[in-house]
Amino acid sequence: MLAWTIYISFAGAALLMLTPRASARTARVIALSTAIASFAVTVAAWCRFTPGEILQVARVPWIPSLGIGYHLAADGISLTLLLLTGIVAIAGVLFSWNVEKRPTEFFALYLVLIGAVYGVFLSFDLFLFFVFYELVIIPKYFLIAIWGSTRKEYAAMKLALYSFVGSAMVLIGVIAAYVEAGAKTTDLAALARYPFPLHFEMWVFPLVFLGFAILAGMWPFHTWAPTGHAAAPTAASMLLAGVVMKLGAYGCLRVAMMLFPAGMDAWGFHVLGLGSWRGLFAVLALIGIVYGASVALVQKDFKFVIGYSSVSHMGFVLLGLMTLNLIGLGGAVLQMFSHGIIAGLLFAVVGRMVYDRTHTRMLNELGPMRLARVIPFAAVTFVLASMASIGLPGFSGFVAEFEILIGAWRAFPTLAVLAGVGILIGIAFTWRALDKVFLGEAAVGSQEAVKLPPITWAERAGTSILIATTLAVGLYPRLLLDLILPAFNSPLFEGLRRGLWR
Amino acid sequence: MNGFPWISVLTATPFVGALLVLLTGQNRKTARAVTATVSGIALAIVLGLWHGFNTASGALQFQERHAWIPALSVDYHVAIDGLGLLMLLLSAIVVLMSVAASWSNEDHGRLYFALVLLLETGLFGTFTALNFVHWFFYWELGLIPAFFLIRLWGGPQRARAANQFFVYTMVGSVGLLLAFLAIFLATGKFDFIDLAQMAQSGQLGPAMAQGLHWGHWTSGRIMEWVFWAAFLGFAVKIPIVPFHTWLPSAYAEAPSSTTMLLTGAMSKMGLYGLLRILLPIFPEQMQHSLTLLLWLAVASVVWSAFVAWAQTDLKRIFAYSSINHLGYCVLGVLVAVKWAGGTMAGEKAAALDGALLQIFNHALTAAALFWFMAMLEKRSGGLRGLNDFGGLRKIAPVFCGLMGIAVFSSLGLPGLNGFPGEFLIFKGAFPLATWATSLSVIGLLITAVFLLVILERVFYGPVNERWAVLPDLSTGERWALAPVVALMFVLGFYPQLIVGMVNSTVVQLVSQLRF
Amino acid sequence: MAVNTHVINAVDLLRLTLPEIVVGLAALLTLTLDLVVLKGRAAAVRWKAGALVACAGCAGAILLLVLRPETATLYDGMLVVAPLTQMVEAVLAGFTILAVLLSVDSDFTQHIGEYLALMLFATAGMMVLVSTRNLLVIFASLELLSLSLYILTAFNKRSRLSAEGALKYFLFGGMAAAFFLFGISLLYGLSGSIQMSGVASALETQSLTPLWMVAIVMVVTGLGFKVAAAPFHLWAPDAYQGAPTPSAAMIASSSKIASFFVFATVMVMGLTAGARTWHGPEAAWVPLLAVIAALSMLVGNLAAIAQSSTRRLLAYSAVGHAGYMLLGILANSELGLRALLYYVITYGLATVGAFGVLAALEKEGMDEIDGLAGLSRRAPWLSFCLLIFLLSLAGIPPLSGFFGKFFVFSSALHAGTGLLWLVALAIAMSAVSLYYYLRVLKQVYVRDPGAGAGAIETSLLMRATVGVVALLVVVLGCYPDLLLNWIDAALRAMPH
Repeated sequence: MLAWTIYISFAGAALLMLTPRASARTARVIALSTAIASFAVTVAAWCRFTPGEILQVARVPWIPSLGIGYHLAADGISLTLLLLTGIVAIAGVLFSWNVEKRPTEFFALYLVLIGAVYGVFLSFDLFLFFVFYELVIIPKYFLIAIWGSTRKEYAAMKLALYSFVGSAMVLIGVIAAYVEAGAKTTDLAALARYPFPLHFEMWVFPLVFLGFAILAGMWPFHTWAPTGHAAAPTAASMLLAGVVMKLGAYGCLRVAMMLFPAGMDAWGFHVLGLGSWRGLFAVLALIGIVYGASVALVQKDFKFVIGYSSVSHMGFVLLGLMTLNLIGLGGAVLQMFSHGIIAGLLFAVVGRMVYDRTHTRMLNELGPMRLARVIPFAAVTFVLASMASIGLPGFSGFVAEFEILIGAWRAFPTLAVLAGVGILIGIAFTWRALDKVFLGEAAVGSQEAVKLPPITWAERAGTSILIATTLAVGLYPRLLLDLILPAFNSPLFEGLRRGLWR
Repeated sequence: MNGFPWISVLTATPFVGALLVLLTGQNRKTARAVTATVSGIALAIVLGLWHGFNTASGALQFQERHAWIPALSVDYHVAIDGLGLLMLLLSAIVVLMSVAASWSNEDHGRLYFALVLLLETGLFGTFTALNFVHWFFYWELGLIPAFFLIRLWGGPQRARAANQFFVYTMVGSVGLLLAFLAIFLATGKFDFIDLAQMAQSGQLGPAMAQGLHWGHWTSGRIMEWVFWAAFLGFAVKIPIVPFHTWLPSAYAEAPSSTTMLLTGAMSKMGLYGLLRILLPIFPEQMQHSLTLLLWLAVASVVWSAFVAWAQTDLKRIFAYSSINHLGYCVLGVLVAVKWAGGTMAGEKAAALDGALLQIFNHALTAAALFWFMAMLEKRSGGLRGLNDFGGLRKIAPVFCGLMGIAVFSSLGLPGLNGFPGEFLIFKGAFPLATWATSLSVIGLLITAVFLLVILERVFYGPVNERWAVLPDLSTGERWALAPVVALMFVLGFYPQLIVGMVNSTVVQLVSQLRF
Repeated sequence: MAVNTHVINAVDLLRLTLPEIVVGLAALLTLTLDLVVLKGRAAAVRWKAGALVACAGCAGAILLLVLRPETATLYDGMLVVAPLTQMVEAVLAGFTILAVLLSVDSDFTQHIGEYLALMLFATAGMMVLVSTRNLLVIFASLELLSLSLYILTAFNKRSRLSAEGALKYFLFGGMAAAFFLFGISLLYGLSGSIQMSGVASALETQSLTPLWMVAIVMVVTGLGFKVAAAPFHLWAPDAYQGAPTPSAAMIASSSKIASFFVFATVMVMGLTAGARTWHGPEAAWVPLLAVIAALSMLVGNLAAIAQSSTRRLLAYSAVGHAGYMLLGILANSELGLRALLYYVITYGLATVGAFGVLAALEKEGMDEIDGLAGLSRRAPWLSFCLLIFLLSLAGIPPLSGFFGKFFVFSSALHAGTGLLWLVALAIAMSAVSLYYYLRVLKQVYVRDPGAGAGAIETSLLMRATVGVVALLVVVLGCYPDLLLNWIDAALRAMPH
């Protein structure tokens, strides 16, 4: 049944492509109903889901001569991310309600992107996984290049090339693993069982992990993220930060770590105090946390602040993955979800509520507009989003980052302490942005309030969905943790569990 | 003690109220009415809890405990004992007073009232939560509305004041968070009650040393650091000198109705933490550093009194006097850990009873004083200097009479509510920490001096022509103030009302502190 | 019916070469029809009639090839008819149909009959080329193909670029032919045989002397020219740019398919010692070919970045793709051959499609990439097809270009980890290639059309042809088995 998430999205996209002259209104209604329908499918599957199981969705031979199958399935981790995709997709359509330029194409590309993302999260066949993974790149490029702002073509190209370089690295690993395992199958479960030789995993793991981590915004390969986020139209930023970066992290977990756990074994020698890929990536993740937050602290462009904050928060995901203990891993997956929602919310405020109205994103220009008075809804939303983003208890970010910190503490105590410093800087930059944008004083001599269009119902609806989600997960994290944690007990993660990396 | 989750309902009530207020549209009157109704309901629930509360028992009552994040073994755990009930009661009263003080302030619209209700949620949550995770959530939840109340509705220096307030409290919170993270990493526990039991049985220190491996630190040293980190969080919030520098500007710049909340309720969060968390979990560490802590308490009492004397802004005077009054409470709490060879439990209980009584009274009195300030500012157009007025007694006799009662209550005049609390503290503390108590008496004297100076400069003396037509209290204001003033008298004559509520809890607390 | 003999009667020979004969006859018929019957009629009518005959001839050949499977080896491999060769021949004829259809709307020449006839002659040359294992016949048919293509390139007499391209093509092609001829004469001298099998068995017994090496280098050079592998690619950009679009489409697609098939056959069956079993990448020519492949990928992809003409861009990208395809030969295995065939056919489809779109836009004079600005608003259907073709070339799933790459790369790795570096380079370069394909698509989709640029009128036939090719690219990407099964069946029947 879950496969319908993919089909519905693609069908919606096809419908939009076939009716190029449909009005903007029709286009967005189609897009919204498509997004809601696929989310409804996900929720229905979630209701019937038993934690710990692997829900088989579809399994037919696809290219039998090469052992490639069309194998869709979902475990708790996939399901969590499917839910995230559904929610962000709906909110994204709502925040794109004002797109008037080439609307059918916009929503068609949007739905292709959504469909492909669903596909990645559902794929249990390595080849299929990669197909969907690459399929994401192209709509992403066009969404930014056509509907973006500020150096959009440059940012779009940079994003596309970074993604493609990352997926090229992954492809090498995918092919190598496929051939190494006898070129008989690309099924994830079968490959997870296959005992790859240690030296093989030692070079394939870092290659594949890095390839995916580029998309997850790992330092120093993160530079596409801020420019891409800043240039993208609101809905695309939301998807980009909310879902696409998660694809990278999901790939790290589902492919790199699940198939090649022994690649995290010690090298047997030390360079700069690092003794394994695992240590190296953990340190890079940490640098991402601290660096992203520090850079966000000095940005002048509101969207860049949020863009760099994504780098910082995704650093937590990667750090959580590298802890290799249940708490850290669970926290990482929860953080994927949580950051997806929160980043969506932040970009909605910045891109839709503020930029689309004021046509500027410069902090020093926004301050004198006294936005807190003019569009209080945006201010309140941003405050809530900031609270969620800095990880206040009660919001989803807290539980996630907290678990990651605990997990990291057990694995790398020093890094955990430094990550705590990253959180503090995170508080500082979020608060700085809040202060500069919404709490600024009116410029001397212009006491009159700026006139801006009022907040629309679509924005209110989108905001409510996202805030309700982050609150729900924050107040009752078992909602997702009960899905995520049992998933790590499945045979797929046997290698990780058995500690092949030691 | 039926199964109904009264405490959760109580905590949720103002939150739901805040949402309702936000949804009521632009109409300020509706927002105001909803806020008043909701805070009234909250007070009613608290009174109901008091009614159902068994004051003879020091145990936790109305307990609710559910698994919340099993992966981290975090439970949703709420309950109240006498201490919690006292705090709930004073929060509910102070919030209601604050709403009344904003009643006719046209600036305070929908968002203002919503934030006040959100703050009330934070207060209720903090005073009932027994697990660090959600306790900390409420602790921060109180901070954020307070920040915005100051930031958006404050005086000319509001940005600076709000930022200072936020940064100070945030640093304190980080200290707290780090302390409890360390504890959790070592023991895997977040529950205050569990941790207190571990501390009591002497397992906590060794468990910390074993669980953390910080170099070759001994358990004592680790616990010392953790204690100071946690102490920082509470010391900023109360505040204790020298962590108080955010307070005067925050209290002065905040609108008076917000200052009521800050001084009446939020400063009590710090004291509550001292009693609920530090005292049961770190008794040895407190005892170890008792001399230093006592010095800090004495400094809070004496130094702030002198500074208050030197101020000319009425709100700043009352702000410093708040530090002074809370210093007594700290003193009363601290002497409880004095090593007395297992004796003097009576004195300790008296000092703690006094501290709790003082907490309640200070909430009532300080909130009332700032309420009067709100009325005065409204009439004077924002002027509130010590020397801006004069002879108000003749122009607005009712106002001066009622405010005079509050000032005398603050001064500690017998017969009014300020007296019994301070008396009990001094009575209990004197034999336990003679020098500190003696020094604190200086603070008492100075307080009397500057409060009398206020009376003299503002109420008496020649009439300042500028205020010749200052309107006296309206009927509505009189009715609103009446119960508060009445309560001051009631508690002055019958402190047992409060002492009876908390005594069993205090006795139990003291009995657990045998060194 | 299986025939394998030295002595054969004329009827059998006729039967086995019937497809080639049909194509040749169709060429003559087209020529006659145009010169005799339709003399003086309107160009549109002549194009249509000629195209009809040409397509009918190719279609007839395809039907013969598909419906009448034959297996025969005549005169020691001078003529080999096997399911595999038949399949490739059918594909080649199919591509010719596409190229003919693309030419129907053009107006670059009045010599319509000659043009179409030359296309068919070239096709006949290719068909012979793939169905022989005799080096001399390879040379002869290669010349038939080449000469036709030179003329086809020069056919636009009004264009200086066309003449320049043709001249370059001719000069380089002549050189290549000379190298190839020199190479096979050396091989003949060394092995005493002009058959691939003879050369292979001689290689088995003799040591690899420098003279052998020279011969191999010469042969590789000659074939490298045909497939436009670097550093023998210099003719390609000019020929692609100057040639009339249908000719360019043919050079880029069917000629490529035939050349690669022959290249693989020669390398695998002729120049691998004891070519009775698959040897993997251990043959003597592997380092040489690996260097050429690497060079092609680097030169093709990096030079393509700097191009401002769409066709030159396609030419350089073709050089890059030649590099990837060489990996399939390098694998030197059945898997490699399968992958190579799949790749080159789907690559041909995407290229024909791309040239088809360019042909449709030819009247607008759009050669510069910048000229494509806002095309998606002016010709949405063609733009969408172009999107599919270019993305397929870039290797974006689920289009056939992606699966081709995946298959070729995994076949190369499967043959041995020695080729890992080359696979890594290829994948890295395909990441680079996305950049320049996206540059084109950026103009098409992102930029706005210039002022006054209205919708572009294209004929239904053109749109349908391009659409069918696009559909094939998508379908073969989603269900590669459609083609793979055909290739597999053909390969299984091969006498290896």
